[in-house]
Amino acid sequence: MSTPFTTLTSLAAPLLEDNIDTDIIIPSREMKTTGKTGLAAGLFAGRRYTEGRTENPEFVLNRPGFRDAAILLAGANFGCGSSREHAVWALAEHGIRAVIAPSFSPIFAGNAVRGGVLPLALPRAAVDALAAHDVAVHIDLPAQRVTAGTLAFAFEINAEAKAMLVGGLDAIDLTLQSAATIAAWHDRNRSLRPWVYLGNR
Amino acid sequence: MPSLFDKLWAAHAIAETPGGATIIAIDRIFLHERTGAAALNSLAAAGRGVADPARAFVAMDHIVDTRPGRTDATTMPGGTAFITETRAAAHAAGLTVFDIGDPDQGIVHVVSPELGIVLPGLTLVAPDSHSCTQGAVGALAWGIGSTEAEHALATGTLRIDRPPTMRVTFDGTLRPGVTAKDMALALIARHGAAGGQGHAIEFAGSAVTALPMEARMTLCNMATEFAAFSAVIAPDDTTFAWLRGRRYAPAGALWDRALAEWRQLPGDADAAFDREISIDAAGIAPMVSWGTSPAQSVPLDGVVPADAAPGSLAYMGLHPGQPLAGLAIDGAFIGSCTNSRLSDLQRAAAIVAGRHVANGVRAIVVPGSSAVKRAAEAEGLDAVFTAAGFEWRESGCSMCFFAGGESFGAGQRVISSTNRNFESRQGPGTRTHIASPEVVAASAIAGRISAP
Repeated sequence: MSTPFTTLTSLAAPLLEDNIDTDIIIPSREMKTTGKTGLAAGLFAGRRYTEGRTENPEFVLNRPGFRDAAILLAGANFGCGSSREHAVWALAEHGIRAVIAPSFSPIFAGNAVRGGVLPLALPRAAVDALAAHDVAVHIDLPAQRVTAGTLAFAFEINAEAKAMLVGGLDAIDLTLQSAATIAAWHDRNRSLRPWVYLGNR
Repeated sequence: MPSLFDKLWAAHAIAETPGGATIIAIDRIFLHERTGAAALNSLAAAGRGVADPARAFVAMDHIVDTRPGRTDATTMPGGTAFITETRAAAHAAGLTVFDIGDPDQGIVHVVSPELGIVLPGLTLVAPDSHSCTQGAVGALAWGIGSTEAEHALATGTLRIDRPPTMRVTFDGTLRPGVTAKDMALALIARHGAAGGQGHAIEFAGSAVTALPMEARMTLCNMATEFAAFSAVIAPDDTTFAWLRGRRYAPAGALWDRALAEWRQLPGDADAAFDREISIDAAGIAPMVSWGTSPAQSVPLDGVVPADAAPGSLAYMGLHPGQPLAGLAIDGAFIGSCTNSRLSDLQRAAAIVAGRHVANGVRAIVVPGSSAVKRAAEAEGLDAVFTAAGFEWRESGCSMCFFAGGESFGAGQRVISSTNRNFESRQGPGTRTHIASPEVVAASAIAGRISAP
């Protein structure tokens, strides 16, 4: 269960590099707990801090106006690299609920949806246009629409991801509603492919 | 006219969801100690159990110490809690743990194939992006996050959208000294780190069919650096001969029955793909990365490109036009789920035998599994490496990534048989060049980036 996502209005922090990997989003050394919380301080740690862990004033999330930004604008292939879901947990804990980029790593996009962060794909020209406009960006997920001042863009998102985000749904609960179907499938599969099952070893 | 992927998908599709996703049966789940506790504890806290613990495994690989005489203590501050909590939660849930000191311990993507846990025609997921490695045996294997791992454990399924498909064909014969690692880097350099965007990739062609099993794993391993959903290679006699007799593989009549099905897995000749890429294998050279993405790689005799990204140049301390060969190095690392199997160590050992690592270079070999380590030692490879001045370690992910423990240090230039040359991947400020084990071995001896 994550916080439902319907609409969001915020200034959007531009980090317009391609291939922002999950080691940049949260370096492994910042994953200090075995749980899912306490990760916000490690967000973008390699960029956000200088030596002695003082804030790097150049980094976008340290600049006035973007400190509380709930939207991040990024380059292509955002979230590539490690599958660590800590990247999403750190973004969400910091307050970022949507990332707008030309494309996302497939694992990151899946993690984001599960963690209540919207991975919103727009063409590079649209992302650049949003970055050039110093006004609040409004995301309407049910309407699949992004607006900022005079700019307006429609975006695509698959129906499953949209339903999960808008409803803040728990995927396990949903799937367990099909428990009987799954059990029947296994009964058939077990006779077809017994070597798949290891329970009687 | 189904493809291999089409067959794998159809054999595991249980139901469609209202949102157009598919509930896919998951045959094997692997966890590791870096994130295993997060998933297992969260599952337990929600009062949920593991649907079929016999098909879920845990490898202790990510942050375990790889120095000789190791215990639960880690070089990463606070790392012991990740090990002990994952172990306790896994035992409570009834999972099989390949623990520190266990003869089967090792890197998840090395251990799973060598024990025959992954098999042709299966689905396998793990909260690790390099899970695509295991598609090399003809399985549908992909990396997921912790929440999806919980879902897979609790339900034995995942809800996913059917990915688009891509065939990457390498036809022709690789030149001597060119490896599966070079094939992967050449592909990513040519088509970009996002080139495989979300596609289920099938590697095909005569150069792929000619690869031995472990090299196929190296090729599939790097698919995640290409932003692919997964990678798969059609199983053939090479696959079957390699898997036969492995502990978790079926035996006797069940092997014959499985084999008969596995022989039907390769895609039809007229199978359709959403995208196709072809590469002439004979045109591939030994590769080395210059920048901070695997896409920023060039042939070993190449130079830093004129249009190189300034951020990557600054991080790596290079300038456009600079030749890669001859660049002085401080460290050399042979290991990781990409290139740490017995054949990788054999090829590297053949290069360092009777020679010595250059002065001032710290060189390390980390076998991919405890079984690989034993097999290498039985051949005397450990003695070859240590006589040449390499450290010989216990198995694990080790210095492929920095979790706060061991690092080569800031500003140090390292040639590495790993998969990621990201900023600070091997430690804050460490400058990583990725290449084949052969190139790493030759460079360690020369003290400079060098051809074998």
